[in-house]
Amino acid sequence: MSEAIEVEQELPEIAVGETLISVRGLKNAFGEQVVHEGLDLDLKKGEILGVVGGSGTGKSVLMRSIIGLQTPVEGEITVFGESMIDRDEADAVAVRKRWGVLFQGGALFSTLSVAENIQVPLREFYGDTLNQELLDDIAAFKVLISGLSVDAGPKFPAELSGGMKKRAGLARALALDPELLFLDEPTAGLDPIGAAAFDELIHQLRSILGLTVFLITHDLDTLYAICDRVAVLADKRVIAVGTIDELLATDHPWIQEYFNGPRGRAAVASAKANGKKV
Amino acid sequence: MEAQADFIEEQTGSGRALRFTGNLAIARLGDLPKRLEQLSGPIEEVRLDEIEHIDTIGAWIVHDFAHTHSARITGAGPDATKLLDQLAQADDTIRSRVHVPYTPAFLRVMGEVGDATMVAMRTLLGLLGFFGATCIAIWSVIRQPSRFRANAVIQRFEVVGVSALGIVGLMSFLIGIVIAQQGAVQLRQFGAEVFTINLIGRITLRELGVLMTAIMVAGRSGSAFAAQLGTMKLTEEIDAMRIIGVSPMEALVLPRLLASVVMMPLLGFYSSVVAIIGGGIWCWIDLGIPPITFVQRLREVVPMTDLWVGIVKAPVFGAIIAMAGCFQGMQVKGDAEEVGMRTTSAVVQAIFLVIVLDAFFAVFFTQVGWI
Repeated sequence: MSEAIEVEQELPEIAVGETLISVRGLKNAFGEQVVHEGLDLDLKKGEILGVVGGSGTGKSVLMRSIIGLQTPVEGEITVFGESMIDRDEADAVAVRKRWGVLFQGGALFSTLSVAENIQVPLREFYGDTLNQELLDDIAAFKVLISGLSVDAGPKFPAELSGGMKKRAGLARALALDPELLFLDEPTAGLDPIGAAAFDELIHQLRSILGLTVFLITHDLDTLYAICDRVAVLADKRVIAVGTIDELLATDHPWIQEYFNGPRGRAAVASAKANGKKV
Repeated sequence: MEAQADFIEEQTGSGRALRFTGNLAIARLGDLPKRLEQLSGPIEEVRLDEIEHIDTIGAWIVHDFAHTHSARITGAGPDATKLLDQLAQADDTIRSRVHVPYTPAFLRVMGEVGDATMVAMRTLLGLLGFFGATCIAIWSVIRQPSRFRANAVIQRFEVVGVSALGIVGLMSFLIGIVIAQQGAVQLRQFGAEVFTINLIGRITLRELGVLMTAIMVAGRSGSAFAAQLGTMKLTEEIDAMRIIGVSPMEALVLPRLLASVVMMPLLGFYSSVVAIIGGGIWCWIDLGIPPITFVQRLREVVPMTDLWVGIVKAPVFGAIIAMAGCFQGMQVKGDAEEVGMRTTSAVVQAIFLVIVLDAFFAVFFTQVGWI
């Protein structure tokens, strides 16, 4: 039994359906420009929450605030019951081991191969536990479950297409078997078949690993296919959260236009055709 | 609190079994993988009925262990079964992945030498091709002067020339002082301090002024050219230009080339003058030679050809620096790391070529009698 693990701070276990992320009164501003003001949002364990909003409504900024890359002007953010604002590095590590993040462009380390990219978090946190052989096997498995072929492992990010980079980024986000996954527009730039496969993958991973997913997306098909609830960002805050049916019941013009526009209706039709509940 | 992952050996009717306990998740593994490796002897059964939780990494370890010992897995819960099934499916592919073959050190070194030679040859050819492309671009601008981008050129003048005045001046001033000080110390031994003025005047105008300026411009602007063009290449800006019908050679390379060619002689001359001023001040302080006498003496001992020697070389150096920078920038293909690598090569190549050419110039000018 290794010492490091015993001393390490324990975070409380959170049961399915309880609040995993809570954002209260968030305010973000860049100079004069206020992006968020009085934003509240809850993410419950085990759910897939879709976050939608027009361009420039601060979806990525919200994600960056939650994962601690952007310090808000005001507000309280807790993840796994831990406050994310002004905490010290030691506490942050305990949280970081439990989440994975997929950035918009994949954000792979360009000097490392895909397999090495996946091994970075494993090595960083569990370098003593896992030997190289095991690391290689795990990396190969993560490459496979993210929908890449196993030959992609030794390749460098520059040799991959945009969609493959996303999948490799997902593989790295999944490296530590996180409980919480942040995805920033995972299906943007993928072909429809690839995007559908990605949706299916997230859905599967949720059922196998019990993932909770914070998903920023513009893809209506993704929203219908896998999201349990959808949060709508507008007017610097979350104007509505709920299932798509609940959102459709509101009369906010942006929501109506978003879901009832031609693309929204097409997504409903295809979801119905696939036998999904709408 | 969750229990640490662990295992116990048990006897069954037909042989040995291994019962895993606790939480088989990565954070709870501890030294389990190492202990499993040390386990020897046949194991018939792997029991999972007492585990609390299992993640993909734990599942892989169990699967791998069962696979190598040809043991069967029993007692897996629904989650574990799902995971193990998935692993069993992926198993062949994971094991069949290409392992990078090991090459002996000798072959690796030989290979690297070969690669480096090929790269050097290709770079030389590429540079030649780039020079050709530049000539074509110049010719097409000469035929259609309306395509000349005066604004871009003037903007480059400022970046390459005017902004460099401060640092080039400071460097030259200090170098002037150093030459004067060192020269005076040596020449004093022969009672020939007055020749310090010859030393300062001739060496700065002929060689050091332009050479040091070239090194400074290569570091300041040559690197910037490579990094700018390299980044533009990465962000597909250069492709976008081509598609719109703007020639990158005309819009990006020519202004930079022209700016370097025009600014180098001016900066070189400025550098020489500032170095002479620095040397003159030192002569005044250390040797007691007043500025009037210094200038008088300078006019007697430094022939006009020394100035020409410096000024003629400068535009050539400028062209080399700009070409090396732009050429390396345009070679960027892959990722951010390559931009850094190309920028380094641009500066190294520029300084190397400048010094090589300087040696040729020195021989040439001596041969034509500009001694």
